[in-house]
Amino acid sequence: MHTISFPKMADYDVPALYLFRHVTDYKIIKPIINLNTMETGSKHSPDFVCAPFKYTLGTLINGLELGADILIQFGGGCRYGYYASLQEEILKDLGYKFKMYNLVTAGHTDIKRIYKIIKEIDPNIKLRRLIRYGIVAMKMVKYMDIIDNYIRENIGFEVVKGSFIKLKSKMLCDFSKCKGLIHLKRLYRKYKKEFRRIKIDKPKDYLKVGLIGELYTLMEENANYGLEYELARHGISITRFTNVTYLLLKKRKEVRKYLKKMKNIKYRLGADALDNIYHTEYLCKKGYDGIIHIKSSFCTPEIGAMPIINKIAKKYEVPVIFFSFDTNTSKVGVETRIEAFVDMIKMKRGM
Amino acid sequence: MKKCYLGVDIGSISTKGVVIDESNKIIASEYLWTEGNPVCAVKRLVSILKSQVESDYVLKGIGTTGSARKLIGLMLGTKAVKNEITAHAVGTTSLYPDVRTILEIGGQDSKIILLNHGIITDYAMNTLCAAGTGAFLSSQAKRIGVDINEFGSMALESNNPVKIAARCTVFAESDLIHKAQSGYEIKDIVAGLCKSIVLNYLNNVGKGKKIKGPIIFQGGVSKNKGVVKYFKEVLGEDIIVDENSHLLGALGIAIISKKYETDKIYSFDVNDIKFVTKGQECSGCTNNCEILKIYKNDTLVDTWGNRCPRGVNN
Repeated sequence: MHTISFPKMADYDVPALYLFRHVTDYKIIKPIINLNTMETGSKHSPDFVCAPFKYTLGTLINGLELGADILIQFGGGCRYGYYASLQEEILKDLGYKFKMYNLVTAGHTDIKRIYKIIKEIDPNIKLRRLIRYGIVAMKMVKYMDIIDNYIRENIGFEVVKGSFIKLKSKMLCDFSKCKGLIHLKRLYRKYKKEFRRIKIDKPKDYLKVGLIGELYTLMEENANYGLEYELARHGISITRFTNVTYLLLKKRKEVRKYLKKMKNIKYRLGADALDNIYHTEYLCKKGYDGIIHIKSSFCTPEIGAMPIINKIAKKYEVPVIFFSFDTNTSKVGVETRIEAFVDMIKMKRGM
Repeated sequence: MKKCYLGVDIGSISTKGVVIDESNKIIASEYLWTEGNPVCAVKRLVSILKSQVESDYVLKGIGTTGSARKLIGLMLGTKAVKNEITAHAVGTTSLYPDVRTILEIGGQDSKIILLNHGIITDYAMNTLCAAGTGAFLSSQAKRIGVDINEFGSMALESNNPVKIAARCTVFAESDLIHKAQSGYEIKDIVAGLCKSIVLNYLNNVGKGKKIKGPIIFQGGVSKNKGVVKYFKEVLGEDIIVDENSHLLGALGIAIISKKYETDKIYSFDVNDIKFVTKGQECSGCTNNCEILKIYKNDTLVDTWGNRCPRGVNN
């Protein structure tokens, strides 16, 4: 009998746990991020590595402490692609006994390879069950992303504070207990209606801000110090493109389209840099009031994209600010900058 | 009865306060060190300001800004709590309506604000490191044994500033030690430090920003003549330093507090308010939020740092 642990990103541990629970008998540890995981993570990380490394390492150590002996990690299209191997070495040096599997290498999701690895993790996994619950988990991700987009656009205008968050946690709880695809679809429809029923007070000329940047810091609210809620507190509608649905399903096609449309850019610049540049232009053309770019410190692809983003935003005269997060950025700094940013876009609108 | 408004700017190093009348004229001002205790500093500040204001004024508004704005806003019982960037912009444009660029270097942070017709169009703040701020200057002044107040005039005497790395405080410091140990004159080193502040500021905070005149330089470091000289030299433009350049944030928040004016009359007597902050780690869920509880006269007035509805509220 083995125990599995994996890193946390946003609420996507819900579909991941759902999938694991239905295909294998192994024990699974729910990943968490809190002050302690961050501390242990950065203690054992190289100094100049980006924050997602520290967060995921902290979560994995927490899993190992709770008895995990199988770790699952995912690689990205930047240097995050090497993180699984590096973390494996660090954890082995710390004396833990475990096996580590990297499901996604260099940003490529190769289904055959993933199946092979999953078979290696637990030979008893049945392909039929894997496909069946894999589809449910993917659908769950998609529904979560659609609902999240709706929340992001409207949470700033809720009449009763906290009603969106409350309903969302109820929804995730129900999702994790769903019986199958049909049940999930029914739940989704039910919650979609309920979300639309939440009273919002949205003025006609509300402020719109677009969020772009590095994926982990964008999605994991612990890593960006609740920046989205901070913006919502000021009554702002938020648009964000990056989520798991986009990264897994849409990105490959979209990037080709971006390359065709952006005449000045000939190659992809690594990770999500090209996407962010394209989205900057899109947001500017759509008349957004401001753009916020988030990254963890030392994120190389985004550093390459920043001057281009700056230039495009200058051309359309849309204000843009850049946030760099590491493990020790205090929340106060974020609050101050957001507040000033909101004051600025309000002043510009003459509000 | 004449109306007056109090603006308090509580920075990491110094606490600034002004009292203005209805036409935004400063009728009282004070500048003192925070010394790591904002509550105590504000108590001293307000009682000094009280002695400067004539007794026929009534206090109709209070505003707070700076890094301790939230805490002091609670203590003084006001809703006019705003960030430093807006406060500085409002304060500066009230004196110089056509300003285009505000350079601000304070104790722990530095910022640049670009304006067009009195409207903020862009701003930036230093993010990760304290290089090129007042704290760096004062710690290096201590290292070479120069009083920080004489720093500026000493830098002006030098014609040959030494080169000091402008990227990062750690590099700057080892450069500085090296230069000092190889026998450079103190005034040249001081001048080099002032120049490195300017270069660091322009490389970090001012990166990619179009700096247009009129330029106003403010914050504590603007009192340093050496830094002003090198800003002029590097930018090739005239730099305006107001005589109240260290007070403009406080002035701005005092002006902003007018918007929040109600029938309420505030009091200058804050000395007997008992104000305590207690930290606690919440164990309600796996987030383990660090929760701050603020007590005013032994009653709980606010809790901060909570990220979920379950937090410790009692």
